[in-house]
Amino acid sequence: MSYAVNGGRPVFAGLDMDIPRGRVTAVMGPSGTGKTTLLRLITGQVRADEGSIVVAGQELRGMRRSDLYVLRRRMGMLFQNGALLTDLSVFENVAFPLREHTDLPERLIRQLVLTKLQAVGLRGAAELMPSELSGGMSRRVALARAIVMDPEILIYDEPFVGLDPISLGVILRLIRRLNDALGITSIVVSHDVHEISTVADVIFLLSGGKVVARGTPPELQSYPSEIVRQFIGGLADGPVPFHFPAPDYFGELLGRGEDA
Amino acid sequence: MKVVQELWESLAEALIGLGAVVRFLLRLVAASPRALLRLDLISQQIYNAGALSLVIIMLSGLFVGMVLGLQGFQLLQRFGSEEALGTAATIGLVKELGPVVTALLFAGRAGTALASELGLMRATDQLSAMEMMAVDPIRRVVVPRFLGGVIAMPLLAAIFSVIGIYGAQLIGVQIMGVDAGSFWSQMRGAVGLHDIYEGIVKSCIFGVTCSLIAVYQGYYALPTAEGVGRATTRTVVTSAVFILFLDYLITAAFL
Repeated sequence: MSYAVNGGRPVFAGLDMDIPRGRVTAVMGPSGTGKTTLLRLITGQVRADEGSIVVAGQELRGMRRSDLYVLRRRMGMLFQNGALLTDLSVFENVAFPLREHTDLPERLIRQLVLTKLQAVGLRGAAELMPSELSGGMSRRVALARAIVMDPEILIYDEPFVGLDPISLGVILRLIRRLNDALGITSIVVSHDVHEISTVADVIFLLSGGKVVARGTPPELQSYPSEIVRQFIGGLADGPVPFHFPAPDYFGELLGRGEDA
Repeated sequence: MKVVQELWESLAEALIGLGAVVRFLLRLVAASPRALLRLDLISQQIYNAGALSLVIIMLSGLFVGMVLGLQGFQLLQRFGSEEALGTAATIGLVKELGPVVTALLFAGRAGTALASELGLMRATDQLSAMEMMAVDPIRRVVVPRFLGGVIAMPLLAAIFSVIGIYGAQLIGVQIMGVDAGSFWSQMRGAVGLHDIYEGIVKSCIFGVTCSLIAVYQGYYALPTAEGVGRATTRTVVTSAVFILFLDYLITAAFL
């Protein structure tokens, strides 16, 4: 699959990935590699320029908007900031997909919402507004909302950013527990090498619009590639340069470019 | 040559923008029948755009009416026809000042609130989250706000005009001493349904214009603090220009 932003700068060129069903798959890579764009492609928020993307057996290319919406009912997504609807309470946020897509009686909606909130440990916060929640709590509520329709695929976009160690541990355990308990396919985009290694079954490392490594966390630790070693080891310089491309340093400091 | 080219480019850009707004309006109209089934959402937005604007509309209506009473009295006194104050104030308010000032105030209060709310929803991924939940944000969020504004605007303009007439009466009759019977009877005799009809048409068109500009600017705001700010500013400026331009066109059409 290939994709370029507005037909200009290519983000992916011939990207080939096969995400296993029922497992936790991590997608990692340096900033600007297009990890979030990949999620937007998988969910059909943007369309690939070439190639094909098959989700749950359905080809996204050329799919009608109405069919895409039907497919999305089988997916859940956790956004980086939670993306809770700020004018609705925690309870109503989790109930939102149920109210929009089903005619379930209020009693059943209440039971389903409270069950999901209990799963993320926030049943007691049901009546709070999003503005009253911490970052970690917001993401847990968003997670409850993402699973309330019992999706087959659960997608996490940078779920650990800005979390304290306790919240981070809670989210990590939830990712693993939800995956195992509900048998869903989880895709996690993250920078956090050590954290994600504890829950991921498979890791894809992206760079330059391609998959540069694929394997289990232990396999990636000993992967024979410089870029993988740089990323896993957190080295400042390597195949991914520390410096953004720039003219000669001393030349610029001494103003040689201006004279010319 | 360069100036001509720049002018041509600006014109082309404006036409493309206008086309995008019209296409957006068609999307709203297409999504409206299903959105109309959710009366609770629309009534909430009528409350947000209408009821929450009531105080500013009523206060402004009162002051505008009072000024109209003062100015009108001074002018009519020169011709010895102060009794026509009721007619002059009412026609001025119902046909012009009511719809126009209400629309300008509406753009400043409800329009900016709509644009910034939608812009912030875009910036905080709330609209994307809805799309991911297979909920069309146009139908669920934008159309109720648009319809709420369209319905609230003529009601606010009517309230503005009524309060304005009482303001003019307060100054003209209570303070300047115009005869109350003449004030009201001349008004009833001279103001026809066609005058009120013109005011209603104007306020309906302004309602569509202001609400459309606000939801369009908010929905397509860049997802940054600067983008939301710019969308809010554009809402007020574009609405004001369009209100005054359309006011001229409608007035000319009714002559």
